[in-house]
Amino acid sequence: MSKPASASSLTLDLLSRLGINGRGLVVLVPYVWLLLFFLIPFAIVLKISFAEADIAIPPYTALLEWAEGGMLTVRLNFASFMFLLTDSLYAVAYLNSLKIAFVSTVLCLLLGYPMAYGIAKAPNSWRGPLLMMIILPFWTSFLIRVYAWIGILKPEGLLNNFLIWLGIIETPLQILYTDVSIYIGIVYSYLPFMILPLYATLEKLDDTLLEAAADLGARPVKAFLAVTLPLSMPGIVAGSLLVFIPAVGEFVIPSLLGGPNTLMIGAVLWNEFFANRDWPVASAVAIALLLFLVVPIMLFQYFQEKQQEAAKQ
Amino acid sequence: MMRRSGFVLTMLAFGYAFLYVPIILLIIYSFNESRLVTVWGGWSTKWYAGLLHNQQMLSAAWLSLRIAALSATFSVVLGTMAGMAMARFGRFRGRTLFGGMITAPLVMPEVITGLSLLLLFVSLEQFIGWPEGRGMTTITIAHVTFTMAFVAVIVQSRLVSLDESIEEAAMDLGARPAKIFFVITLPIISPAIVSGWLLAFTLSLDDLVIASFVSGPASTTLPMVIFSSVRLGVTPEINALATIIVALVTTGIIAAGVFMARQERIRKIDEQMAASSGT
Repeated sequence: MSKPASASSLTLDLLSRLGINGRGLVVLVPYVWLLLFFLIPFAIVLKISFAEADIAIPPYTALLEWAEGGMLTVRLNFASFMFLLTDSLYAVAYLNSLKIAFVSTVLCLLLGYPMAYGIAKAPNSWRGPLLMMIILPFWTSFLIRVYAWIGILKPEGLLNNFLIWLGIIETPLQILYTDVSIYIGIVYSYLPFMILPLYATLEKLDDTLLEAAADLGARPVKAFLAVTLPLSMPGIVAGSLLVFIPAVGEFVIPSLLGGPNTLMIGAVLWNEFFANRDWPVASAVAIALLLFLVVPIMLFQYFQEKQQEAAKQ
Repeated sequence: MMRRSGFVLTMLAFGYAFLYVPIILLIIYSFNESRLVTVWGGWSTKWYAGLLHNQQMLSAAWLSLRIAALSATFSVVLGTMAGMAMARFGRFRGRTLFGGMITAPLVMPEVITGLSLLLLFVSLEQFIGWPEGRGMTTITIAHVTFTMAFVAVIVQSRLVSLDESIEEAAMDLGARPAKIFFVITLPIISPAIVSGWLLAFTLSLDDLVIASFVSGPASTTLPMVIFSSVRLGVTPEINALATIIVALVTTGIIAAGVFMARQERIRKIDEQMAASSGT
């Protein structure tokens, strides 16, 4: 019983001599993990994006080489990035991804805001269950929920049958494998990410401010635009970024619901890697995608940090 | 005022229908006799029986469950540490970078995370000979990395909303930090840890993209099997599988909800007793 105790106290002693106490260890362990498995990998992606494709294992050339005379030489190869610029496929895919992500984010906001507002204004005992029902689908398989839409949207699917039965249309609409089905898929999958931060800000909103606005003669619409909307801005930004950023790189939804003409960058990267086995170009695609997303990601972090600080007070 | 609340109610009804109708249809059609997913051919449970004999599906499901349980457990330990550090340690060296590395995985597109981790594993193998090949270990590491961010955020927001005075009181009474954590902080944040574990578990069980990048030839996870069969067309067997997953998740969530409600009640009673004995 005493032996392991003394061993562990010895380790603690050793660590504290190195200037690391229990508190430091709590930071250090996740810190090192994230450095190794989250940050360093990006450096490797950057490195390989400057390499050349090669028939080897792994399939790229080395960046650093020992030249004759013991000189370490660096061979940077910009071919992959030049390739991204010259082949219009990539530019089209990036722009298309940004467009699809943007439209989906707006649609998510248009549907999510009234829902979050409704939940925040619901009677106290209703809020928990209503919120639970927003989160619940998020827990079931994302892949399967996207798949469910194939059966609904296809020409002989349930939606078309329903619309024909209602007499609204006579011939089936082609919805599946178009941009519309991608919008539906993204809004459906990411809606909870929009509603939760919106709800968090709307719930904290002080009702007396609205009453004051009403007392001063503001109509409900005006009061909403002047009070509620600006005060819920942090939630709008956080929710929009939570939808927009992952949607730009989305792979599953366009590959299941999108058509052959819909190019999204996530699917391009996937094909570069799995079908063409061109690791340097896949890495260059990833680096370029990251450059597009750096600003939104930093914005998201800023708001996340601010929200945590606000919660402290 | 009346018109706007009517609008809100309509949107609520539409939104919930939008979220739930596809899942309900999926469940109903998993009991469909007909192979054609959109034609009703009478009630049947044959797709469930077929699922039980689908060896590939079963072994993939078993692998996915093991990876999910393992990675959720590691992720809860690391994520709780990270959440503690962010919520309780004030400013420490490298905090900005640390905070960035915790929140970035929440939004990082999966193709980027998957590719970067694969390239890391390949480079590591090249230079230090580990990991030997890719499979369960590499998938688990990848899943721990992207799910611990979610756990950290959940634990952090729970801690931030909590009163620090109990912990401070314990410290004043001479309790050591480790003791304070296990006796006071851990019980209080246990609901956050439970939901963090469940979330990490489902995210891992659900992940197709990252797992596809970092898996080896011998390790096919359940989402990979589902994805390849869905790409070939809609099959009622996938509907049956989806129904089983929905049923399991709903049961798990309700069980966790009951557990957390009980935990909260016990805590409230404890607080009341402490308050009444104090006066």
